[in-house]
This record gives sequence, structure tokens and C-alpha cells, in this order.
Amino acid sequence: MSHRLVLSTNHAVAYAVKSCDVDVIAAYPITPQTTVVEKLSEFVADGELDAEYIAVESEHTALSVVIGASALGARTFTATSSQGLALMHELLFIASTMRLPVVMSIANRSLNMPLNIHCDYQDMMASRDCGWVQIYVSSAQEAHDTIIQAYRLAERSDILVPVAVCYDGFVLSHTYEPVEIREKEEVLRFLPRFKRPNVLDLERPITMGVMALPDYAYEFKFQLIDALTKVPRALEEVDKNFEEEFGVSYGLYEEYKAQDADILLVTLGAIASTAKIAVDKLREEGVKVGLFRPRLYRPIPVDVWKEKLRSAKILAVVDRAISFGAIGGPLFTDIVSVFANESDRPLMMDFIAGIGGRDVTIKELMDIVRMSGKVLQKGRVEKACIYYGVRGVEYE
Amino acid sequence: MSSMFKSLKDLPRVEYFSAGHRLCQGCPEGIIARLVTKALGPNVIVVTPTGCLEVSTSVYPETAWKVPWIHVAFENAAAVASGVEAGIKALKRKKLGFVDKKVHVVALAGDGGTADIGLQALSGALERMHNFIYVCMDNEAYMNTGIQRSGTTPFKAWTTTTPIGAKWRGKLQPKKDMASIAAAHRTPYVAVASISHPLDFVNKVKKASEVEGPAYVHVQAPCPTGWRFDPSKTVEVARLGVLTGMWILYEVEMGKFRVTVPVPRRKPVRDYLMVQGRFRHLTEEEIAEIQKYVDAEVERVNKLMGYEVIGPVVT
Repeated sequence: MSHRLVLSTNHAVAYAVKSCDVDVIAAYPITPQTTVVEKLSEFVADGELDAEYIAVESEHTALSVVIGASALGARTFTATSSQGLALMHELLFIASTMRLPVVMSIANRSLNMPLNIHCDYQDMMASRDCGWVQIYVSSAQEAHDTIIQAYRLAERSDILVPVAVCYDGFVLSHTYEPVEIREKEEVLRFLPRFKRPNVLDLERPITMGVMALPDYAYEFKFQLIDALTKVPRALEEVDKNFEEEFGVSYGLYEEYKAQDADILLVTLGAIASTAKIAVDKLREEGVKVGLFRPRLYRPIPVDVWKEKLRSAKILAVVDRAISFGAIGGPLFTDIVSVFANESDRPLMMDFIAGIGGRDVTIKELMDIVRMSGKVLQKGRVEKACIYYGVRGVEYE
Repeated sequence: MSSMFKSLKDLPRVEYFSAGHRLCQGCPEGIIARLVTKALGPNVIVVTPTGCLEVSTSVYPETAWKVPWIHVAFENAAAVASGVEAGIKALKRKKLGFVDKKVHVVALAGDGGTADIGLQALSGALERMHNFIYVCMDNEAYMNTGIQRSGTTPFKAWTTTTPIGAKWRGKLQPKKDMASIAAAHRTPYVAVASISHPLDFVNKVKKASEVEGPAYVHVQAPCPTGWRFDPSKTVEVARLGVLTGMWILYEVEMGKFRVTVPVPRRKPVRDYLMVQGRFRHLTEEEIAEIQKYVDAEVERVNKLMGYEVIGPVVT
């Protein structure tokens, strides 16, 4: 039987990891992730979770330990934020190209400099090409459930790709909400144990992490590309099975009043929750505005995004990360690329906001929609990327 | 210990590291990999960081490894070994794998991957007391990238980044003492070994596998390519290292220091240095300076032992 607790998103993640009966956890403290692994160490110390808890000396080692254990066939977990994720960078690519079903939670935090412990998505966005499945969630419950879904997805024999579950540092990581806890027995029914074929095995020794020269290296990479193309469909199946077991589903995206929207806010994570209130208020004023929140960010479910975003007249993307020197933020450039070969496409604008944890308020989101409305009236985007809210910068 | 090998003939005939790898002619790393796996037997998982051994034994679609083997990156062999060891423990306890099996986890790493870029990961793994064996094959430079200086390059040795010029005379600093660093972690078993004394070496690996917790074995790996000597002389160069007192064979077992191969009469360091091209530039004064270093180290070791285990230079 499930029960309900009031938990921060970080603790909701820890409870999910416990229910998944993870074998090896390696972690290093970093704000705002730390309370995930603090909680997990308590579970292990109290005998509530039978796992090896390795308190390592760096995030680089955290992911290395998890890679070693996962290569052996163990179910593994780590968590990080910001600089910690940056320190793991080379290993992110190694875990995915070694096809290890590692699951990691990321309480997203700004990257130095300036040192800043608050939320933006610069940490994960800087590593978005690493070959991991990247899911952005917008509540403690969704984080809890997505960790469980992540193992099911990652461990599928047709996938075998690591999964990152991302959520806004502090805004979500330290915010307490009621969470329906999925108990171990029911989770393990959903997430059965099985022996992966290609692991470090004494009976059937294999060589892992090989060198491949120009004659074979490309094919290694392509196998990951191929697996990633299967992820959207696979996640839908996992989500459906999850609904059958637990009565909740999340899909590849969330939309809110999007069906008839002329102006569509597109944003990830916690801002999307605030955006719903902004949408409601603007709807009362008669503005035809809606919200589209991608949940699966990598691999991009191209057809889904295309279908869902095409009907709007203008997309107001709110990007919580900067792609320095690019035409806009990461989410924006992705969406632009989705429509690259389409003649029938909406106008697209990018509003980079919430950097370094700066609050993105209902009022500001309403302002963003109104600015987009004016551009829509003109019928032409003159300035695609607005660094919204920066001191001393004029927009109009 | 009773389970020690009495002669090399006690080693298993079966090969776990096969011929046909791509190591250079005369490379000691093949000898080391072969001896280590023979000493540990089939229930072993080998972790190798990026380096000569890795690139020469795992080029797809071939492999030289007949035991489970993993390479992840350059600086993290000890971390990956930690994960493998922890995974074995967890899976055993949950009866999900390795049931009733004693599995040895061994890292086979170069000096760069150990003493420089990998030192943090190694220090962490030693401190956390993982039950694993770490073997550092010390060829005293970054040989895989073409003979660049590492922390374990000896004083005055030539490398491509410690060239002999008007101002530089090879490496300006002495060698990093990795075994002492490992021992300073209160590592249950630390040893220094040489391929010129293979029985001593395999018994150290064996002992390393029998202690509870981590063990560190530092083995010299004379590199014909980087040290500039004939590939047929690898073992001879190693032996000269031992006989000149430049490579003292010892172990530190639960903190207790012991020289395992006494050298009653030492050869002068010149005999070791002059067979290697990397020391060809040395002047008489410089050789004398190195001799002084070695004499002091021998004195320190003899003091630790309480008697003269390494004797005076006899020409």
C-alpha cells in the first residue's frame, strides 16, 4: 500500500531510489543536491535500503564508481548539481556510449562564474549532447515517479541508456509537497530484476570500454543514436505501464490550454507551474495563450514537438539557460531546428530568464506573453532572443 | 604465508592475458599483466585506465584479455575498481550474483594514471578501504603519448618535456614516492616489486589479494622505447635497478616495513644509468649526485630495518 508524506523534491527522489532497491550509490555533496544523498545515507545506515553507499571524494569519482558498478550489472544511482555535473562531463559520454543504465538526479544549478548556488539549467544544458536521456520534471511527485520510470526505461534491453532526471534547484529541490510514496513491493513488480547480457561476468568474460579506431568508432556511436531514437516510444510504453500500476501518467510533455492557443509559452520544469497561473489570468483577459512543457528533452521527440507546436501562431520560449554566442537559449535553438525544414511554422521568440535563480514571476510571464502578442500583431520577429529582465537592457 | 608460490613453476600454466597484443617489443607491461593474472587466477576483474596497456590490448574487434576487463578513463581506475568492488559486495549480499565466489578486483595502471592525474581517485579508494589491489606499472613517464615527464620521472632523466638544453638537464625534481603515499593512507599492504624478481613480485600480488581491504603494489616497468635501451634488455635493466639500490624491493604489511630482497653488495648507480639513453647526458658530477641520493635512501632503509639489508657499493 502506498502512503503519503510531505517531502521536498530531493527527499522524494531519495524515497524513489529506496523503493527501486538500488545496489550501489556513490555521491558527493553539492548544493542543492545534497539532501538527496543525505537521506539515502540515512536509509542505508538504518538498514531500510540494502545498498553500498560510497561517499566518494569527488563527483568525477561518483560517476566513475557508478559506471564500474553498473558495468558489473548492479542497479546504481548518483545525484549532483552544477559544478559537480561539469566535473562529471567526460564520464557522461562514457556512461552513455558504454550503454550503462545509470540513473542520476540533477537539482539544476547555475554554473560558475559568478559562484551562484541557485537554479538555472546551465549545468545540464552544457552537457545536453552527452547521449543521456534527459527528463525535466515540475513537481516532487513527478520527480519521485520519474526516478522509478527512469530505471524501467534505462534497463530495457532495446534502450540501455543512462537517464538524468532534472529539476529546479531550491525552487523544487527544497520545496515540500505531499508525495504519494510508491512502495518497494509494487515498484519491484513494475521494475523486475533481470540479468543484463553484457556485464563483467566471470563465466562469460568480456572486454568493456575498448579502443576503436576509424574503422569501427562511428558504428559504436551510431548504436547509441539508434537506441535514442527508440526512447520516445519506449518512454510512452513505460509511462503507460506505470499508469497501470500506479494510476498516474506524465507523457512526453504537458500541455495546458494549448489546443486553441495563438500564443504558446514553451518552458521546462518549475517555471511551467507558474506559467499555468499566468495563462489562466491572461485567458480571463481574453488572450488566447497556452503552455507546452516538454518533459522528455533528450532525445527530442521531434514529431511530437512539431505536431504540438505547429498550431500556435507564436511560440514564446522561456529558456532558463544561456547558449553563449548562439542565436538563443538551448530550448529555443532546439525548437527552431525542429521546424528547420517546415514552411508551415509559428513565429518563434526566446526569453532567457530565471538565470542564477532569479525569480520568474506570474507578472513577468504575463509580460512575456504580451510582448509576444505585440510581435504577433506585427507579424514579424525583429529580435528573436530577449535577455529578459537584465538590468540596463531595453526590449522595445 | 603458506599459500605463497615457492617457485614460478607453481604459477598456473593457463594464460589469462594472451599473446598477440600490440605492446612494443620488450614492453614489461605484458610481463606484468601476465604475472598478475596468473598470480590471482581466473576469478578476477581487471580495471585498466587509459594508457599503453589499455590501447595495446583492447583494440576492437580484438582483445588480449581472457578475464573480465574494463577501461573507463585515464584518472579513475581506482574509482572504477571501487565501483566494481562495491557492486560485487551488494550483488553477493542480495544473492543477485557472484554467490560463493571470492572475486579479486585489480587495477593495472601506469604511473601517470596513478601518481598524477589518478592520485585523487586512488587516495579516495585507499581511504575508503575498498577490498581491491592496485598495481602501478611505473615506466616513469607518459609513454603512451610519447615520453613526457610524469611525477614519477626520476631526477635528471630526459623526456620529451624535460629536454637537455642550455638551462635544463632533464627533470629538475626528484621522483614522487608513490609507495610511501599509499602507505601513508594506512593501506594494509603496500609493496614495491620488480619484474627482475618475478617470484617476489607474484608473491606480493598474492599477499595483496589476501589482505582485507586495499593493497598497493608498485612495480617498475623499464620501457625500452622511452628509456632508450635495447628491447632485449628489459629484465636486465630492471635487475640493475634492484642491484644498484635505485629500486629497493620492500613491503609494508600492516605498517611494518620489510625489505624482501636484500642486496648485500650494491653496484654503483652508473651501471644502471649508463645502459639507458635517457641518462646519456649525465656528467660525472651528476652521476655522483644521483649516487649520493641513492646512498642516503639506502641509509634510511637500513635504519628502518635496524640492520644493513642493503650493503655498500662494491665496484
